[in-house]
Amino acid sequence: MSSEKRELCLSGSGVTKVFGFGDKKTVAVDHVDFDFYTGELISIVGESGSGKTTLVKMLLGLTGVTEGDISFMGQKRDIRTHRKKKEYWKGIQAIFQDPFSSFNIFHKIDSVLLDCINMRGGRRLPKETKIEMMTEACSFVNLKFEELTNKYPFELSGGQMQRLMIARIFLLKPKILLADEPTSMIDACSRATILDMLMDLRRETGMMIIFITHDIGLAYYVSDSVYIMERGRFVEYGSADEVILNPKAEYTKRLLTDVPKIHDPWEFSRNKRYDFRKPPEAADGK
Amino acid sequence: MKNTLRQVFRPGKFLAGFIIFAFILLLTVLYPLFNPGDPLAMIGLNNFTKPGTYVSVYDSLNVNRTFVFKLPDAAEKRIGSKLFPEDRETIKDYLTRLGLPEDSIDIDDTHDLMALWWNNYDPANQIGKTIAERRAYTALDNKLAGIFVSEDLEVLQYDPGTDEYVRKKMVTENDYVNVGDVANTIWLPLGTDNFGADMLKKLVSAIGTSLLIGLIAGVVATMIGLLLGLLAGYLGGIADDVIMFFTNLFTVIPGFILLILISYSIDQSRRGATTVAIVIGLTSWVWTTRSVRAQVISLRNRDHVNLSKLSGHSLPRIVVGDILPYIASYVVMAFILQISSAILAEAGLSMLGLGPKTTDTATLGLVMEWSIMKSAAHISGAWWAYYPVIIVIALISFSLNLMNTGLDQIFNPQLRD
Ligand SMILES: Nc1ncnc2c1ncn2[C@@H]1O[C@H](COP(=O)(O)OP(=O)(O)OP(=O)(O)O)[C@@H](O)[C@H]1O
Ligand SMILES: [Mg+2]
Repeated sequence: MSSEKRELCLSGSGVTKVFGFGDKKTVAVDHVDFDFYTGELISIVGESGSGKTTLVKMLLGLTGVTEGDISFMGQKRDIRTHRKKKEYWKGIQAIFQDPFSSFNIFHKIDSVLLDCINMRGGRRLPKETKIEMMTEACSFVNLKFEELTNKYPFELSGGQMQRLMIARIFLLKPKILLADEPTSMIDACSRATILDMLMDLRRETGMMIIFITHDIGLAYYVSDSVYIMERGRFVEYGSADEVILNPKAEYTKRLLTDVPKIHDPWEFSRNKRYDFRKPPEAADGK
Repeated sequence: MKNTLRQVFRPGKFLAGFIIFAFILLLTVLYPLFNPGDPLAMIGLNNFTKPGTYVSVYDSLNVNRTFVFKLPDAAEKRIGSKLFPEDRETIKDYLTRLGLPEDSIDIDDTHDLMALWWNNYDPANQIGKTIAERRAYTALDNKLAGIFVSEDLEVLQYDPGTDEYVRKKMVTENDYVNVGDVANTIWLPLGTDNFGADMLKKLVSAIGTSLLIGLIAGVVATMIGLLLGLLAGYLGGIADDVIMFFTNLFTVIPGFILLILISYSIDQSRRGATTVAIVIGLTSWVWTTRSVRAQVISLRNRDHVNLSKLSGHSLPRIVVGDILPYIASYVVMAFILQISSAILAEAGLSMLGLGPKTTDTATLGLVMEWSIMKSAAHISGAWWAYYPVIIVIALISFSLNLMNTGLDQIFNPQLRD
């Protein structure tokens, strides 16, 4: 990691999120500071319930920040109006944890992809161009648009849905992608495919990826910087090598002891969560 | 479109409910076409006329004759009525001349008299003094023979257009007349009520009005409930607090009590069916609001809503496109239940005397009220005045509830196969 000319893209200071009042108060995110640079791949690692999703929602502007500031491209983020929000979301997009609840079951796949083209100002493009763009996006994630058109998202498998999500990102080409455990709900084979595709996409567009995971081995393999999150706080952060090969915090050490072999890529399915709703998909990655 | 329709009608329950409801609806639409006129018109003077077919005796020609129906020995009595006293005298006269003892002849006993005549009369034995007398005996014999040949009767109907009596049917005297051929009969399948109005006609018109009341009340309640629920649930914060304050207020006061109070405070003359329907709607939106709000709250944090936001959709578009479809099945079900409960509420109000105060429309509630009013139908045994109403109310509720249960599959594409 050379320190020359690193452009600060997203940063926060004292970012806090509190749910509820009084006795029911939960501090989901507790005064976290961070600096994310353009083009970096950052991992945020933490156990279940440590506040990762909450932080993602705050970064996306989907939920309010109780305390603290978030800056975007060096300026204090301003998303008070719908128009400003829309502008902000052109630059920052996300893939959610659970693909099964990420799509509106009443909208067809076409409309999901068309929304992305419209978002990028392609509303007036001729129909053929739009179809061409959608076909390209689908083939990027190894899906066939002709087979998807006029289908509903719930007719796809979890892995296919998550790839559709990536196709969305492919069309939107945002500056920042927040990937909130995009592989936690799908089987190991599709997991590798999804990760591959994310890496391809990053190579192609140079976007910054904030990768949320509870798998520290995976974080080490993919990321430049790693933030370790414990109960709403960042207990340790730095470059992937620094944090994982030379951990200082107890929590990081504990996370590391759970991982059998760090250096084997795609082997770290510590928390293999098989999806029982659909049979495991055959590996059809690149 | 075709597939959607197939989906709609596949669940058996929905289909059953739909058929019952459609039948009732069709009845209210079609029956008035076949039987037009004011449903509240009084057609008879009697209270609670039994079901049946009635012939008007009022506007028929006064023929100064009494028809006694289902008479025993009809033929004999008919002949008896045709045998005039002078004919009987002539018979007696003839028989005494033949030498029969006078006291053995009873001129009032038609049967015996006729038997004696036929046994003793001999056309060859002309015992008359004069030619005229002899002719009279021959004529009498001819007449008596002719009595057994029944005459044809004409069934006539007055045609006001041509001012003439038009023959509708010829029937022989000793035959049956089809009631359909007789002018001015009325079929009262459910008899009449205590005002002498055709019960079925009134019932059909009452069903129509009650369904309309249900529809108006259902639309009002669902609209208010849906709007407030969506606002409270999606916006949250102060909007939620204010709306929930009023909702809780309305929850604490029982809806029916409120309904009674409002109905009571509205001037009787202005308390028409529509007013009552709106009042019912205004007091029954609470539960729709509460449950819509609860569902919206759980939906608004779902990832598909987040994704929609990230796609730059505006608030109205998210509410309509990402929230509403998910609660649509619920809202439609609530709407259907509102209809059936509004019909019941109207019935309840009317029984208390707080229903629509109109003398020119009938509602199911009013029909019930009228049937128990002064000359209580259940005491006088007039089952046709209250059982049909009760059955109709039950059927409407039942069919609406059946349809309700079958609806889930239509709205949720994930449940389709
Ligand atoms: N809308 C909410 N209302 C109240 N509490 C919430 C809400 N969302 C999250 N929390 C709480 O905040 C804490 C952090 O939740 P969060 O979803 O951010 O965890 P996470 O790190 O994403 O976990 P996982 O790995 O299981 O996804 C949890 O204790 C959760 O109960
Ligand atoms: Mg999470």
